[in-house]
Amino acid sequence: MRFVRTILSAAAAGLVALAAGAMQPAMAQPTIKIAYTDPLSGPFAQVGDANLKQMQYIIDHINSKGGALGRKFELVPFDNKSQPSDALIALKTATDQNMPFIMQCSGSNIAAALIDGINKHNDRNPDNRIIYLNCGAVATELTNDQCSFWHFRFDLNVAQKAEVMVRALPKTTTKVYLINQDYLFGQSVQRDVGAFIKKLRPDIQIVGDELIPLGKIQDFSPYITKIKASGAQALLTGNWGPDMNLLIKAGIESGIDLNYYTFYAHLAGGPTAIGPGGENRVYAVMSFGENIAPEIGNKEAEAWTAGFRAKHNFDFSAAVFRTIFEHVQAAINKAGSVDATKIAFAMEGQAMKDFLGYDTLMRKDDHQIMTAYYVGVFKKGVKYDAEKTGLGWSTAATIKMDDVQQPTSCKMRRPRI
Amino acid sequence: MEVFVVSLLNGLVYGMLLFMLASGLTLIFSMMGVLNFAHASAYMVGAYFAYTLSLYVGFWVALIVAPILCGLLGAAIEMWGLRRVHKNGHIAELLFTFGLALIIEKAVQMTWGLIAVPYRIPSGLDFPLFDLWGTQFPAYRAFMLLISALMFLSIWLGLTRTRIGLVIQAALTHPDMAGALGHNVPRVFTMVFAAGTALAGLAGVIGGNYRVTEPGMAFSMGPIVFVVVVFGGLGSLTGCFIASILMGLIQTFAVVLDYSLADLLEVFGFVVTKATPGSEFLMVTLPRIAALLPFILLVLILVLRPRGLLGTRDT
Repeated sequence: MRFVRTILSAAAAGLVALAAGAMQPAMAQPTIKIAYTDPLSGPFAQVGDANLKQMQYIIDHINSKGGALGRKFELVPFDNKSQPSDALIALKTATDQNMPFIMQCSGSNIAAALIDGINKHNDRNPDNRIIYLNCGAVATELTNDQCSFWHFRFDLNVAQKAEVMVRALPKTTTKVYLINQDYLFGQSVQRDVGAFIKKLRPDIQIVGDELIPLGKIQDFSPYITKIKASGAQALLTGNWGPDMNLLIKAGIESGIDLNYYTFYAHLAGGPTAIGPGGENRVYAVMSFGENIAPEIGNKEAEAWTAGFRAKHNFDFSAAVFRTIFEHVQAAINKAGSVDATKIAFAMEGQAMKDFLGYDTLMRKDDHQIMTAYYVGVFKKGVKYDAEKTGLGWSTAATIKMDDVQQPTSCKMRRPRI
Repeated sequence: MEVFVVSLLNGLVYGMLLFMLASGLTLIFSMMGVLNFAHASAYMVGAYFAYTLSLYVGFWVALIVAPILCGLLGAAIEMWGLRRVHKNGHIAELLFTFGLALIIEKAVQMTWGLIAVPYRIPSGLDFPLFDLWGTQFPAYRAFMLLISALMFLSIWLGLTRTRIGLVIQAALTHPDMAGALGHNVPRVFTMVFAAGTALAGLAGVIGGNYRVTEPGMAFSMGPIVFVVVVFGGLGSLTGCFIASILMGLIQTFAVVLDYSLADLLEVFGFVVTKATPGSEFLMVTLPRIAALLPFILLVLILVLRPRGLLGTRDT
């Protein structure tokens, strides 16, 4: 019954809109469409679903600040089922409808396919180009050897995150253990963390370095036994999903004296799995945490993130996506057009402050964002807890933009205007 | 020594959890010939039921009620679903349970959300039982061992020492004859299916907080349980028990043994270097493939002994 009513009301609304459109032609400006493609079904649906809600909240805010060129932004979601082929279908649909942007966060393999597809499309169709806004595919290669003029990455890459992680290790830590997932991403975490330890902390000894099959391990206790036997003080891992949750859970339950340095412990399901036992033991290299704003006394940012919680009742861990949309907004206004080529030229090298007040720069050489990054520690007594566990991420270290600058091997090929 | 003892205990705990899941499946499989793809889903549903119940009535009540709810669900599925499909042969049953698994997963996602729920070990059991060279052995693991051991004992006694067990065994091997003797074979089937799902539910109740209760848990546990059932042999509870423990121990010990085929060859005086053909394959260490070992064993046993370890008839 509810369903029928929804359809009826939607149809009625559609009719009214049609009538209004017919009566007042060209009154409302068309929206600026941003295609968003990520898994919205299947095992990783929670990631895409949560991102979508957070982006919508951010876009509503940007639109309330006037959008760009007097036009509002509109997010158009496409399910890619974690498949590169489906992401390419989304790309085709987006270009068919002349959308100037496509956005994708999860999976560097999908990102690589998109970059390749976009390069070809933009070469062949100079009057209908599209920009790829990368919100979380972090393979280092994508802004190095495989860099593209049309690709803008708004999250730090694996090498940068690895450097942040190694810098966060306290001086007393001299023995570490590495566990990563046995595929492209995990292997690059393993390589980069190892390299930065050698470079920045030669006093640290890597007492164990292991790859595990992706998503296959049911019981991590044997690994914990091994880590215990190795005498490691800290476990460094790029694992995500069950591979991270079960690993930390097993470690905490065994009660061994170990600290956990992770890339993803703060995301979906992590805090729930860690629980109170992980207090002051689990660290996450993160792009944002809801306690940063109250910690630095930024009332405006705090009120804005708290508004999301009031509306959606889950963690606003991706609030930093606001930086993406603010860069896009500024670039469009600067370019004075929604032409992808002009926007791309306006966006590269663009510097602005993020909503917390820290500097960001879309580096011209490789289209890699330079931004403040944080190391959070999981503890009690924070203002905003994570996943209703009563514990949350307190900022243990803030790494400013200038400390994540790394050289790039990118040889950017720019189009002629 | 330290690593050995701790690994042995871990392997046992994991093996017993596998057994709780696999015992129900092997009962259903051997009895009705249905490879029940939705079995691991019952494990997941059990965990979610227990989570919700424990919010209101506490863990101990949930420990009893959640499996019963799962059993009722199983009975309903058998009576109104599987029995109708049964006429159309095993392929139809297989597809039916497969579809059911997908539906249950989606239903769980829609009811409890996509991310993990905070289902925790009850505070009464949340303490280290003893300390082994600095590694604590949580009391909850001992509790898991206890529950699964009790379960094994009661199923075994129930099947071999009671009248109902006799009827089940008769219906297992000679369904027509048992029916002709006046036993209600369809009802026996429903009972077995319900009991099987209840066991999986029980595994979910005590496995859900030991691991993580999330919508992907059925999918991640499913394949390994099938391996155990096929490896142990159809219709053999003892075989299933041995296979479970074996799989638990193999996976646990494979992780701590840092050896590769290259090390094995070196014992025979053949040194593998990077230049050796196939060196990448030979140098893969055991921990890296630990999670795949059960599947390798599955292939081997199907080739060498299709009826499984203690099976009474061929697959």
